[in-house]
Amino acid sequence: MKDEVIICRCEDITWGDIRKALEKGYTTLDEIKRITRAGMGRCQGKTCQRIILNEIARFCRKKIDELPISTFRPPTKPVKLGTLAGDNDDQKC
Amino acid sequence: MMIKNADIVIIGGGVIGCSIAYNLAKLGAEDIVLLEKNTLASGSTGRCGAGIRQQFGTEMNCILARESIKIFENLSEELDYEIELNQGGYLILAYTEREVNQFKKNVALQQSLGIDSRFITVKEAKEIVPPLNTEGVLAATFCPTDGHADPFKTNFAYAEAAKRLGVKIYTFTEVKEIETKNNRIVAVNTDKGKIFTSIVVNAAGGYSGVIGKMAGLDLPVYSQRHQILITEPVDPLFRPMLMSFSHNFYCQQTPHGSIIMGFGDPNEPKGYDMGSSWQFAREMAQKITAVVPLLKEVSMVRQWAGLYNVSPDAQPILGEHPKMSGFYMAIGFSGHGFMLAPVTSKLIAELILTGRTSLSIEDKLDVGRFERGELILEPSVV
Ligand SMILES: Cc1cc2nc3c(=O)[nH]c(=O)nc-3n(C[C@H](O)[C@H](O)[C@H](O)COP(=O)(O)OP(=O)(O)OC[C@H]3O[C@@H](n4cnc5c(N)ncnc54)[C@H](O)[C@@H]3O)c2cc1C
Ligand code: FES
Repeated sequence: MKDEVIICRCEDITWGDIRKALEKGYTTLDEIKRITRAGMGRCQGKTCQRIILNEIARFCRKKIDELPISTFRPPTKPVKLGTLAGDNDDQKC
Repeated sequence: MMIKNADIVIIGGGVIGCSIAYNLAKLGAEDIVLLEKNTLASGSTGRCGAGIRQQFGTEMNCILARESIKIFENLSEELDYEIELNQGGYLILAYTEREVNQFKKNVALQQSLGIDSRFITVKEAKEIVPPLNTEGVLAATFCPTDGHADPFKTNFAYAEAAKRLGVKIYTFTEVKEIETKNNRIVAVNTDKGKIFTSIVVNAAGGYSGVIGKMAGLDLPVYSQRHQILITEPVDPLFRPMLMSFSHNFYCQQTPHGSIIMGFGDPNEPKGYDMGSSWQFAREMAQKITAVVPLLKEVSMVRQWAGLYNVSPDAQPILGEHPKMSGFYMAIGFSGHGFMLAPVTSKLIAELILTGRTSLSIEDKLDVGRFERGELILEPSVV
């Protein structure tokens, strides 16, 4: 894969960013996330997590099931602060 | 294979442990080992708001923060790693007469220490943060050189720089026991093996009390969950960190456009719970949409929690334990350990290697101050 290929679209993280982290010895999804921000964007990793796991597995010569899974942080769907606050404006329109 | 002997063993791979490792190595220490039970930045550091402010109410916190900012300003260069320092200031809102009086005192103290904070009118506050709802606001204070940095990047920047200077970092390695003899440190036992050492640095953040117990010490700190949430990225709305003590919140837009916000729940029990609650998200949303109404249209994408490690006076505990030779502590940061890391790590490194520090903290931040009754309570915390 070319370094310029974007792996995490939400955070604009390329394969080059991830490759560098892997080469520094950061080979868990949590570490990759923490060092590059990949997976921390709007979709919360729904789009990129699988691709990153694949690449970690390939890099470490392991199977995907052998890798530890990442910390899950709610919510899974974006919610407007106005809605959360109990404001009903949303429902009117 | 893990090393068998070390001159210094640091427990904890957060920003405090990693910055101490770096500063020790920079001062020439060798055979330094850092142990982290999870990944680097997996503790409070990777969960924090990463705000950096000098607007405190005690002289010590003001001086520490001022010196930290000086280091932060050149840190990307020093560590050869971009930490994304962004000095957009802190705008602290006063809603009560009591706050107005306290803030006047705070600003006078800060200015006497060379900090560029100022007491401002509601109109000026509105100019600094145009979307602010000024209802109920009586006045504010602003310090333009306050700001924030990326906590992950800062943590990894210190770790990488420490590694380049020879520090050995072991992640996924948990300290289980500390062996002592005649009130001296002898060894550290981990789930990966034993390391003989005469110096241990407790930089275990929320678990610093647990590490103390391993050495037979009852440390005057406790841990408490603090929750936080983040929104989707939106166009730039305001630069400073917005904060209120009486309304109890802080809120800041990061350079990526996401807005982070949190508050301290006064009824939060002491302990190690790190779960996220729906009640928090709701109350946070209520608080913040009242202060910045246009945030109603912005979506939260994630919430999480981390631990504050709290000391009796909300100032850190730095130094060697009087009852255990070789047991050093950098704990009890009470919700501002990220911002104080650059300076406190330097001071601890100086203390360990030379027995003295370039700023006089020895008799002010030592653990003995509580027994001596020399508490100076920090009035301005969230
Ligand atoms: C929600 C929230 C918001 C915050 N906002 C701010 C802010 O805006 N500004 C600010 O300055 N501060 C803030 N803080 C406080 C700040 O996060 C902490 O003071 C700081 O990160 C402490 O760093 P540390 O390295 O001491 O702790 P940590 O980052 O927690 O590191 C300690 C490490 O020790 C490891 N460890 C524990 N026990 C063991 C063991 N037995 N063996 C091996 N390793 C072990 C842990 O896994 C952890 O990684 C906030 C905190 C929270 C929770
Ligand atoms: S693509 Fe990575 S977080 Fe959305």
